[in-house]
Amino acid sequence: MNVFDIIGPVMIGPSSSHTAGAARIGGVARALLGAQPVRADIGLHGSFARTGRGHGTDKAIVAGLLGFAPDDTRLRDALDIARRQGMAVNIHAVELDGAHPNTARLRLQAADGRELEVQGCSVGGGSIRITAIDGMEVNLTAEHPTLIVVHQDVPGTLAAVAETVAGRRLNIGSFRLTRQSRGGAAVMALEMDGDVNPEVARAVAALPHVMQVTLLQPV
Amino acid sequence: MQLDDTSLAALLAAAEQAGRPLSELVLAEQAEELEQTPQQVYDRMAACYAVMAEGVAPGCDPALRSASGLSGGNAAKMKAAVQAGATLTGPVLGGALTRALAISELNAAMGRIVAAPTAGSCGILPAALLTMEAEKGCPRRACVMALFTAAAVGRVIAKNASLAGAQGGCQAECGSAAAMAAAAIVELAGGTPAMIGHAVAIALKNVLGLVCDPVAGLVEVPCVKRNAAGVAGAFVAAELALAGIASVIPPDEAILAMKRVGDAMHPSLKETAEGGLAATPTACRLRDELLGGGPLP
Repeated sequence: MNVFDIIGPVMIGPSSSHTAGAARIGGVARALLGAQPVRADIGLHGSFARTGRGHGTDKAIVAGLLGFAPDDTRLRDALDIARRQGMAVNIHAVELDGAHPNTARLRLQAADGRELEVQGCSVGGGSIRITAIDGMEVNLTAEHPTLIVVHQDVPGTLAAVAETVAGRRLNIGSFRLTRQSRGGAAVMALEMDGDVNPEVARAVAALPHVMQVTLLQPV
Repeated sequence: MQLDDTSLAALLAAAEQAGRPLSELVLAEQAEELEQTPQQVYDRMAACYAVMAEGVAPGCDPALRSASGLSGGNAAKMKAAVQAGATLTGPVLGGALTRALAISELNAAMGRIVAAPTAGSCGILPAALLTMEAEKGCPRRACVMALFTAAAVGRVIAKNASLAGAQGGCQAECGSAAAMAAAAIVELAGGTPAMIGHAVAIALKNVLGLVCDPVAGLVEVPCVKRNAAGVAGAFVAAELALAGIASVIPPDEAILAMKRVGDAMHPSLKETAEGGLAATPTACRLRDELLGGGPLP
């Protein structure tokens, strides 16, 4: 814990969990889509649904989708700015079984038609956890550069990814692998220490059985 | 350099032994931990202080209102009273109350603030420091440095208790902010490390048991006025400690007591908006008006 965990973050009020954390969830979703969405369906669960409007949770998530930082004063006007930029936004309450009270589920569409579903929760003080990407369970903090590798559940894939990363003298701070079914699609998330060059993502993408790689920089 | 931040006693002993202000020790330690130069770390803290200072003027706008309409415009009233010379306690406390209300109301109205340690308690520490700068002539550099002392106190509380209302009630948020502010004021006023400890203990003791009961679950009522009370409590604690008054209960024991009180607190009193002021007839009516109208389809 450093002093800026105590004095900070610099943010748009009123709530570090309901506003600043929500903006970060939107920011991560935008980064994972790799583009500004043209369509965003935003489901708010629990306390996010109940007190979200009063806390500006809706505006904050859209601000994140627009690429605004949690301390960007444009956050207040994010809904209007999204409209002007042609982003179709639909915000509604959802019931998500067993989810953290401050959870949002975002269904996004990019201009080229790609779709992405991201679920995340705001766990306090502006910290977040991304809990699912396209229905696959993950656990990302977005505080470190993170390599997200969608691959086929084939023996040796993990070792090949680890070797590629190790070959670039990168240290893995945390690791998680989940799969939908044996031999089916699986996702691994590697949170790394220090700066990560996008080249490593291209190298991992070239490995056999790897379907898609995203390098998520800290949001 | 490694600082033992598991207890306030250890931190204050280190400052005593070094014969230097606690803030200087914390800055040196943080530079090592963050792998940056002391100047870089200082500059980052100075940027936080600048955000705090920039919040006062927009927070004092008489037309400022939150999205719910529950808060805003009270800092302007307090400021007017201070400017008219109409306050009972003078420009130091009056100025501190004005600034705490201003930054807290700005937060509620989606303005730019620094969580210190939380958004709900973001008015207390800046109000204390900006008032020491404006009313007592403390140099800005010293005020920025005092943020390191405040942060060190907050870190000890976070390690041994909590800074979150959902875990420890308002005592953990506004109480911790008041304790951090009290420490900062004592350092700025030239007090000893021991006085900092007494000020922290007194500030916490005076709000022990304070519940977190936000009306309609929003960071507005009673949060904004508790920020005013928080900075007043910080000045009370600092004033007593600087006069040489000791806390019978040492600060680390007060922090542990706060933790135990927080653990014993009923969940309805920990940010769930189900108890305390949030359960009063007026609060329930406001909640139904604000949220019953269907915030989300």
